[in-house]
Amino acid sequence: MNYILTQNLFYLLVLIGMSIPLGLYMYKVMSGEPFLLEKIGAPLEKGIYKLLGTHQKDEMDAKRYGLSVVLFSLMGLVVVFLLQISQGVLPFNPEGIEGTSWHLAFNTAASFVSNTNWQAYSGETDLSYFSQSIGLTVQNFASAASGIAVLFALARGFRRKQIRSIGNFWVDLTRIFLYILLPLSFIGALILVSQGVVQTFGPFQTALTLEGAVEQTIPLGPAASQIMIKQLGTNGGGFFGVNSAFPLENPTALSNFIQLLSILLIPAALCVTFGKAVKDIKQGKAIYVAMLILFVVSVVAVTFNEQFMGPVVNGVATVGNMEGKEVIHGIGTSSLWATATTAASNGSVNSMHNSYTALGGLVLMFLIQIGEIVFGGVGSGLYGMLAFVLLTVFIAGLMVGRTPEYLSKKVEPFDMKMVCLLVLAPPVLTLLGAAAEMMTPGVQEQLTNTGARGFSEILYAYSSMGNNNGSAFAGFDANQPFTNVIGGLIMLLARFIPMLAAIFLAGNMAKKKTVAVSDGTLSTTNSLFVGLLIGVIVIIGALSFLPALSLGPIADFFTAL
Amino acid sequence: MENKNISGSILKDSIYQSFVKLSPLVQVRNPVMFVVYIGAVLTTSLYFLSFAGIQDERAGYVLAIALFLWFTVLFANFAEAIAEGRGRAQADTLKKARKDVKTKKLYSADNTDEFEEVMSVDLKKGDIVYVVAGEQIPMDGEVIEGAASVDESAITGESAPVIRESGGDRSAVTGGTTLVSDWLIVKITVESGNSFLDRMISMVEGASRKKTPNEIALQILLVTLTIIFLVVSATLLPYTQFTSEFVGAGTAIPITNVIALLVCLAPTTIGALLSSIGIAGMSRLNQANVLAMSGRAIEAAGDTDVLLLDKTGTITLGNRQASEFIPVEGVTEESLAEACQLSSIADETPEGRSIVKLAKDEYGIRKRDLSELNATFVPFTAKTRMSGVDYQGEVLRKGAADSVKAFVIDNGGNYPQECQEAVDRVAKEGGTPLVVAKNNAVLGVIHLKDIVKSGVKERFRELHNMGIKTVMITGDNPMTAAAIAAEAGVDDFLAEATPEAKLELIKKYQKEGHLVAMTGDGTNDAPALAQADVAVAMNTGTQAAKEAGNMVDLDSNPTKLIDIVRIGKQLLITRGALTTFSVANDVAKYFAIIPVLFFTIYPELEALNFMNLTSSTTAILSAIIYNAFVIIALIPLALRGVKYRGLSAEKLLKRNMLIYGLGGLIAPFIAIKLIDMFLTFIGIV
Repeated sequence: MNYILTQNLFYLLVLIGMSIPLGLYMYKVMSGEPFLLEKIGAPLEKGIYKLLGTHQKDEMDAKRYGLSVVLFSLMGLVVVFLLQISQGVLPFNPEGIEGTSWHLAFNTAASFVSNTNWQAYSGETDLSYFSQSIGLTVQNFASAASGIAVLFALARGFRRKQIRSIGNFWVDLTRIFLYILLPLSFIGALILVSQGVVQTFGPFQTALTLEGAVEQTIPLGPAASQIMIKQLGTNGGGFFGVNSAFPLENPTALSNFIQLLSILLIPAALCVTFGKAVKDIKQGKAIYVAMLILFVVSVVAVTFNEQFMGPVVNGVATVGNMEGKEVIHGIGTSSLWATATTAASNGSVNSMHNSYTALGGLVLMFLIQIGEIVFGGVGSGLYGMLAFVLLTVFIAGLMVGRTPEYLSKKVEPFDMKMVCLLVLAPPVLTLLGAAAEMMTPGVQEQLTNTGARGFSEILYAYSSMGNNNGSAFAGFDANQPFTNVIGGLIMLLARFIPMLAAIFLAGNMAKKKTVAVSDGTLSTTNSLFVGLLIGVIVIIGALSFLPALSLGPIADFFTAL
Repeated sequence: MENKNISGSILKDSIYQSFVKLSPLVQVRNPVMFVVYIGAVLTTSLYFLSFAGIQDERAGYVLAIALFLWFTVLFANFAEAIAEGRGRAQADTLKKARKDVKTKKLYSADNTDEFEEVMSVDLKKGDIVYVVAGEQIPMDGEVIEGAASVDESAITGESAPVIRESGGDRSAVTGGTTLVSDWLIVKITVESGNSFLDRMISMVEGASRKKTPNEIALQILLVTLTIIFLVVSATLLPYTQFTSEFVGAGTAIPITNVIALLVCLAPTTIGALLSSIGIAGMSRLNQANVLAMSGRAIEAAGDTDVLLLDKTGTITLGNRQASEFIPVEGVTEESLAEACQLSSIADETPEGRSIVKLAKDEYGIRKRDLSELNATFVPFTAKTRMSGVDYQGEVLRKGAADSVKAFVIDNGGNYPQECQEAVDRVAKEGGTPLVVAKNNAVLGVIHLKDIVKSGVKERFRELHNMGIKTVMITGDNPMTAAAIAAEAGVDDFLAEATPEAKLELIKKYQKEGHLVAMTGDGTNDAPALAQADVAVAMNTGTQAAKEAGNMVDLDSNPTKLIDIVRIGKQLLITRGALTTFSVANDVAKYFAIIPVLFFTIYPELEALNFMNLTSSTTAILSAIIYNAFVIIALIPLALRGVKYRGLSAEKLLKRNMLIYGLGGLIAPFIAIKLIDMFLTFIGIV
């Protein structure tokens, strides 16, 4: 127990310690304040602008910004789709893997473009090295960079006064890629390689197992480069089917720690960036603290359930719930990872969530269902959280007798519309998706478990897709035409409805005048507000999902008693 | 403008209106309640279908749910009707004043003998009418000739007649008011149907009530919550269908229960009361005798954080009063007091009277009669800027320091340094110095003091704590203004204010992001009134001022601005508090309903029923009944508004969160349990 506590505390300290300087650095990338790396990258940056036919001064309004994001993502969607169905005739395919089905290709393309990284496929059997590195790895960067770009636009929106423009998407994208994602993944990937993560275009190897004459195929590939960005960009799609539970994807304690850290690093650091960008670091801190509180409570809840609420066999309680967890990681690290990966919209796993206790699994599912805002996806987590902040500001603001305002900007009907779209889309898509799945004939054959746990498998799958998480509760065979198509659509909608809402919110905020701050202004930085924010998030989440959760993990818990 | 209490007739009318409002055309305007309405229609249909053999749940249970859903809709209608009822009663009174009268339309303003008798509705803008005592003023207009006392009680409720005269700031007359004395020649300034009274009637009736931006934003939030809960409830059909087949136990949940769950979760409490809160806010403003030209103006009042307050009448009593006599060397206080008294005996201005009073109170100098002394009174003129008496060859004068100085020096005397010092001291203390001189000798200085109204200091402190900045506007010099500002506790002041300076000040504050409220009455206030975010025109003011403002204060009381801000804030707080209460309620409703909802599939979930409700029937019915009656229970609060205190944002939020947030969490637990016990007691299981 002490070991787990020390480890978790150490993890949090390193996370906080690293996120602050990174956040301040990212502000420079966003605002154009000079920094060292920029000097080195400048020629390349200029070259890219020339190629794209844009330049830094060409600022966009919300409509153009939104359109650029959509076009960019659409392009990614088409490319990834085509790569997969035609991978059989494309190079870097030593295993001779055939093109995938159209619906799997669509699902996977939608999944990676939407930063979900839901994997209806299994990396080593379904995709060639070419599809993985040119299709998926590139999208890992692209979708993460788009998310951060939109957050930058929103931060500018809050900061600007009576201006229509919110930045240039292509410039944001280029700078985020060049100065944030690329250097961080490069360094990270090198460390991972040093720990034994594979990085090769060579074919699979075969080896004899220790037990004797059984021949085992060992899948290989350019893994390290994809794995680092999968974690940093809250993508989560593993190179191999079982993700970071696979020894060649995550071989040592250090590789595990680095990956775990990368999951939350950028989302946490963006809180700092936001505070800096709106010229009030306390605003970023308040959001950071709210996220941290929700995260810590969840870690404690999951760890407690896994450690003490494990299965009881013949009246004897087992020592912790080790099912589905790797021995090298143990309960503590697995619980911490599981919480981090569901809190952030990462979705990479180093243990199998389906094997968690009923209530441990409930916490993981709930973290996804509240909209991936406890750190959440890179960029998307914070703009999702800001929607909840505005919601809280709206209700609390009325109660102090003024038209609600946030960062000196009045919250008006158009803003509420955008906020509501941001908040509404994920739960509605999740619930409707799960309902549609349950109405399809023969769905029961797709499930591994029966009863409430079987229900949880479907609910988890659609929560994961409907909130762009990407992790699976396993047990649910998702590679079916219906699930692939519906799931793909849900992932796209869950990504782009909130994203466009955030962009238009940014545009509307930028247009506004600011109002003066007085004693009559609601503080959005004190502990009262942080408490209210957490309350609003938990209550909205609980009201949306309690009935469904009652049929899943809650029923699971009570029937097992 | 009475109607503080709701009379029996309003109540009866409101009940009638509750049924009239069942029309789907009315219902569709309120999306949250429309969902309940559809739910009521559906459950009613399910009840009738049960006779055709299509059974959703037991017929009696379905009927009970349907009935309470209809009650919920009716209660919401009633809440709106009763809020409108007060306005309607008010409008009826006003309509009586708007009767069509015969009036004398002049061919030219110079000749009152030649006129044509026309009906008031036929008057056009620009027509000139002649009104004599006993007649009603036919339409809003501007007095171009004459002076008369006018009974405006039909509009203001104030029975004392007011003076209306041509020129100056009291030239506006309102149609529907009656001349008590004399005559007036009035130029009509509005077209028929667009008069002040017309606008007033449509405002209090709520006919021209448009949803305010804030109300729309809240509506968006409520609709969003309703959509989420619609999906939450509707998806339970496939979820339970799937689960019951999968587990092999129980059945899909009945449609009746899905509807019941939806209605319980949807923010019906605030949805039902939202429009009443808005109408009641307007009513409260009307009761304060302020007429807002739009609902938006009230909300803007709640947002204002800078109040421009005229010094006179708001901060100080209208008149300055003598507080001290300061003699120069060689003059005793008594002789100065005597001279002051003598110079002021015939001075009927409040200042003059206060000098006589001070002389009597402090020095026992009795009132004398001018004619006995053979003295003649010399009144104040703008040119001399002095007043006094001439008696027995002596010339006694009092007046502004510079005019008396000129007077003394002209008469060959000298103006002592000592006097100048006394004058400066008085000015520094915020007073007005009057210098008294006899012939060519200065006798001393009278200290006229502005008396700060009692209680204003506390109010300003309260406003300050609320984050509202008070700015005193005065024509005084900066030194005087600073002293009074300090005494009254305002945050800032504008001295030697001109209409232009006032306008500039408003612009400056607005540029800094402040919302500015002000009052005004004169024509020269009009530009500033038009610029301010909340502009309250005095009813006694000119037509121009009234048109520039977005509110009219029928009492013409400049202190009213503070009440207006309070009413605006109260309106927003009431909305926020009831929204919080409504959403917080859902938690308890969940705990009542969820454990019993899936009872047939997972009997184990009974463990969550820690409220120990009797059965699924009583649990769901209790929640639905609570949901309906809480609307009725909260109508008084919606009409009256949440109690408002002048606290800082943080304290206010803490307080309201505790009452309406925590209260909203706890109250339904208790109420639902009690209703469940009652239902069990009367034998419903």
